[in-house]
Amino acid sequence: MPAANSTGTPLNAAALTIFVALFGLVSVLGFAAARWRRGDLGLLHEWGLGGRRFGTLVTWFLVGGDLYTAYTFIAVPALAFGAGAVAFFAVPFTILVYPLLFLVIPRLWHVCHKRRYITAGDFVRGRFANRWLALAVALTGIAATMPYIALQLVGIQVVLGALGVSGAGIAADLPLIIAFVVLAAFTYSSGLRAPAAIAIVKDILIYTTALAALLVIPAQLGGFGKIFAAVPAGKLLLAVPGPHTGGTYSAYATLALGSALAQFLYPHSLTGVLSASSGRAIRRNAAMLPAYSLMLGFLALFGYFVIAAGLDKLPQYASGFKQFGNNFAVPALFLHSFPSWFVGVAFAAIGIGALVPAAIMSIASANLYTRNVHREFINRNPTPRQESQMAKWASLIVKFGALAFIVVVPTQYAIQLQLLGGIWMIQTLPAVMIGLYTRWFNPWALLAGWAVGMTCGSLMAIATHLTPSFPLELGHYTIPGYTAVYTLLLNLAVAAALTPLCNAVGGPRARVDETCAADYRA
Amino acid sequence: MGHVGTEQKKRGAWSWWYLLFAVEYLVLLWPALYNRVQPALLGIPFFYWFQLACVVAGALVTAVVYFACGE
Repeated sequence: MPAANSTGTPLNAAALTIFVALFGLVSVLGFAAARWRRGDLGLLHEWGLGGRRFGTLVTWFLVGGDLYTAYTFIAVPALAFGAGAVAFFAVPFTILVYPLLFLVIPRLWHVCHKRRYITAGDFVRGRFANRWLALAVALTGIAATMPYIALQLVGIQVVLGALGVSGAGIAADLPLIIAFVVLAAFTYSSGLRAPAAIAIVKDILIYTTALAALLVIPAQLGGFGKIFAAVPAGKLLLAVPGPHTGGTYSAYATLALGSALAQFLYPHSLTGVLSASSGRAIRRNAAMLPAYSLMLGFLALFGYFVIAAGLDKLPQYASGFKQFGNNFAVPALFLHSFPSWFVGVAFAAIGIGALVPAAIMSIASANLYTRNVHREFINRNPTPRQESQMAKWASLIVKFGALAFIVVVPTQYAIQLQLLGGIWMIQTLPAVMIGLYTRWFNPWALLAGWAVGMTCGSLMAIATHLTPSFPLELGHYTIPGYTAVYTLLLNLAVAAALTPLCNAVGGPRARVDETCAADYRA
Repeated sequence: MGHVGTEQKKRGAWSWWYLLFAVEYLVLLWPALYNRVQPALLGIPFFYWFQLACVVAGALVTAVVYFACGE
């Protein structure tokens, strides 16, 4: 008889032992990674980009572990469980992102490699010779990343809760704090090599878990036919739009499109791909990374497995659902379907899955702060050692900021801020992605477009009570769509309209672009 | 020198193979095409298995473009 505790979820000793053991293993690996493909960690490109030495396979693990986070594995099935078909937008999103990775990002990799840029801000600074535009890119990245790190902690919290680990007061947060202190310590000492090494273990665990769940659970529930028959009709498909509205169709499509456009603007995504050893490694990954999308798609179906098994109605999971809401769906499913020891493996996959992106996100934010804020506005001529040391401190501050956030502020705020983060992040697309092809836009016009996009995006999100889609009215036609897409169009319109004006006011522009056409190719 | 020139042209230039990506975008961004239950596959409604199949198709398209554009 397992010991009951204050939340009512029983302590699962076997699972907890495996969980702690695997966590310990990756912690050791995180520290040992400092010696992997050895480089001088006193240099920022070694600490913050792993020396740009990761080949195709390591990049696959690293970027896969980076984009498909623990939170994704909890939240997408939770959305399917709660809202149904709309959760599947994650699938077209993670398909449409790869043509962009294939076509656009290798250009960024080449120019960053040739000019020794470490961040998107560095590129914008070099391309447009405007440190304020680079500052806007850097601050947007940091602001969008902080709540995202906090959400990774939610992933750890949910699995710890499901393991029956709980307590009162400070003890309630203690396991989370310990996990984070360890994470902060190995990130500080090993830099990007730590998440790269851990990602390999994490991905093996997560693929094993997903495959086991897919082989075992549908059979337990009597096959896919029965599972989908249990899903209420209103959740099974997108609601067909009525007359004069784009309805759920336009919302679904723009959500997929906007998320795909924003994905490779996020600092952690760029840090992951910039650490690759060649543009070719990135292009190959555009064909290999969809393996994760496939897994994510199947994981989304787990939300329906929970409905079919009726887990939310079983008394033993009631306290978990009460405490964590729909985010408890996947943990409940694993608890229900797997033997204890394998629950430990599955939960470790999710917990470790939180460490990888949290480490990369904090490194990416630290790189941005160091290069585009500190170096540009506080200490203009740091030595390479000072620069690397600054980034290490910044990574600690970012992580503990996120930890304080999740301990003090209700989880709901982290989720809402992360939603705003996507709307903010896409506003850097004109400077970063279009900037890879042309510098026709005037940097001050880009800055104005960014400011308008940020402001309107935030206001529109607040007006829709922090839901992603905004009902745009065109005549008597309503087109609900992802706010990020609408505000990106507005941003581009402002930047395009102001460019001739800014050029006229600023007089003939000197050719200050420090990059040249050959920088963007192999 | 001539070798470098052709290689640069190869990498930087537009390729008609990229249109395959446009097809991906058009199909996936038009949910009316696939928002249906039938034909189901192994009990999985069309909406779900079609999009999962698109993941595989998308990866194949990228691989085809990768090889067609001379790596």
